[in-house]
Amino acid sequence: MREFKGRVVTPGETKAEAVVSHVGFNTLASLQKPLQFGDKTAKCGDQNNPDLYGKPIAGKALCLPQTIGSTTGGMVLYCACAMERQPACMLFANHIDSLAAAGAILADVWLENVSMPAVDCLGDEFLSYIKDGMTISVKEDGVVVVE
Amino acid sequence: MMKLTEEQQAILDGAQGETLAKVMKTLVMFGEAFGAEKMVPVTSEYNHLVTSFGLKLLGPVYELMDQLLEAGAPSKQKFSVDPRPLDSNVPANFLQKVIFNHFMYSKQDFYEDQLQKLGLMDKDAFTCTCYMDEVGNKPKKGEVLSWAESSAVVYANSVLGARCNRNSGIMDIMGSVVGFVPYFGLLTDEGRKASWIVEIKTTKKPEAQLLGSAIGMKVMEDVPYVKGLDKWLGTELDDAACTYLKDFGAATASNGAVGLYHIENLTPEAKESGETLIKEDAKVYVIDDAELEHVKNNYPVIWKDKDATPKLCFMGCPHMSLQQLKDWTERVEAGLKEAGNSKVVIPTVFTASPAVLKEFEKTDYAARLKATGVITSYICPLMYMNNPLSAKMPVITSSNKLRTYTSARYYTDEEILVQITKGGR
Repeated sequence: MREFKGRVVTPGETKAEAVVSHVGFNTLASLQKPLQFGDKTAKCGDQNNPDLYGKPIAGKALCLPQTIGSTTGGMVLYCACAMERQPACMLFANHIDSLAAAGAILADVWLENVSMPAVDCLGDEFLSYIKDGMTISVKEDGVVVVE
Repeated sequence: MMKLTEEQQAILDGAQGETLAKVMKTLVMFGEAFGAEKMVPVTSEYNHLVTSFGLKLLGPVYELMDQLLEAGAPSKQKFSVDPRPLDSNVPANFLQKVIFNHFMYSKQDFYEDQLQKLGLMDKDAFTCTCYMDEVGNKPKKGEVLSWAESSAVVYANSVLGARCNRNSGIMDIMGSVVGFVPYFGLLTDEGRKASWIVEIKTTKKPEAQLLGSAIGMKVMEDVPYVKGLDKWLGTELDDAACTYLKDFGAATASNGAVGLYHIENLTPEAKESGETLIKEDAKVYVIDDAELEHVKNNYPVIWKDKDATPKLCFMGCPHMSLQQLKDWTERVEAGLKEAGNSKVVIPTVFTASPAVLKEFEKTDYAARLKATGVITSYICPLMYMNNPLSAKMPVITSSNKLRTYTSARYYTDEEILVQITKGGR
């Protein structure tokens, strides 16, 4: 078991299985197809992401450096939350980017009964330590426990 | 913790209703995520939104827009918006049309009606190049914007000297609804300093879209200060330089996440402040012919059949300028003449804003281009390519943005010209 301490961007507690992207997570490219065509598991549609392509993201602890791509990214993430196909949490090794921050904050403020805690600044070591399938607990204060 | 003015605090506390309080709360949380200590007024005349498409999957966005309208909270500014996703001029087969009209963009009319009510500046203000004179949404130096659309944001910051962060869709309209945006990042003097020096050492003028791609992939979201490009572009922001920077910037923003670049002796802040814009610990990236070749050769080709004959060519992502349309008319005519062909051999679409196309139609170039078989359209090529059936088509482009987000294959302008006028792969 190992603990990492990050900064809370949007609050919440959760426990979920990790999926890990070592490259920037392209929100539009990853989520457009599953949201468009009714895939409730939200399998990643980004062919340029060798870590995540084809893997389910909904309900998982998404571990990533940051998000990249189109400025539609924030609202696509917001829509994923509204449709309940969002990750259980988003855990950023780096400082959160403006698009992911927008999506997480919009969901936090505008959607009732939807939770997607976002924690950033977890550090490079977090991303090199964490592997697909590990169980992650996120605490209210930004502590991330990896089992 | 952010310090709000009395007016901002009152909005946050609900003085103007629950919906506006939520808008303000969103902006405050957004600012705090980036260490903003205050909100500043949006000072541009117009806004620009990224969401132009009535995409079925974005239902929750349209519900949120409805909440704004019901609360009597239209945008404080009129705005332009990204290109429309549909145009019957652009070739599509029966099944593609069914998917476009019934599965993907079935909410288009509904959404365009919402945009009108929220404050669309003109019924045809649909383009990613809103800053062109023909469109009329051209902010002035120093103005604070609440724009989204990465290619427009990077142009406004870099070429026009306006100040805007890389906002997401929805956040763009929220800043405009309350009239304030959080003060951080590219709005600040410190945030506009360069942490990269890029030295251009090529033996010829670098392809705009390829150079932008190389820089974007290297610096990601950082600000680059580019030296040596004035040798090829000159020191004045004339039409040719602005067009080059439009395409260059879009590639930096999509292949990386660049929101601002400085070009030595050319862009306004670089002319004004020179190397004082460079941070002390800036890293250096040298670009020569070999580096550009290396970058180009490493683009993945995700066509199923890598040797397929192209079925469509898109030019104009971001939308072409009037001068680009004229120049390309001449280039296509010359290419066809040399090849002994009368029409392009691959269906080819040149995209530009409705306002630019209207001006183009007034020139004799319009009939000449039509005679070559090239189709003009106001469509967003990205939205066309998002159709799963389009994604399976072998489509070629000289847009590095289109390459990044879709299955379209990148070629340089010269290579595209050869393909569409002479054929071959």
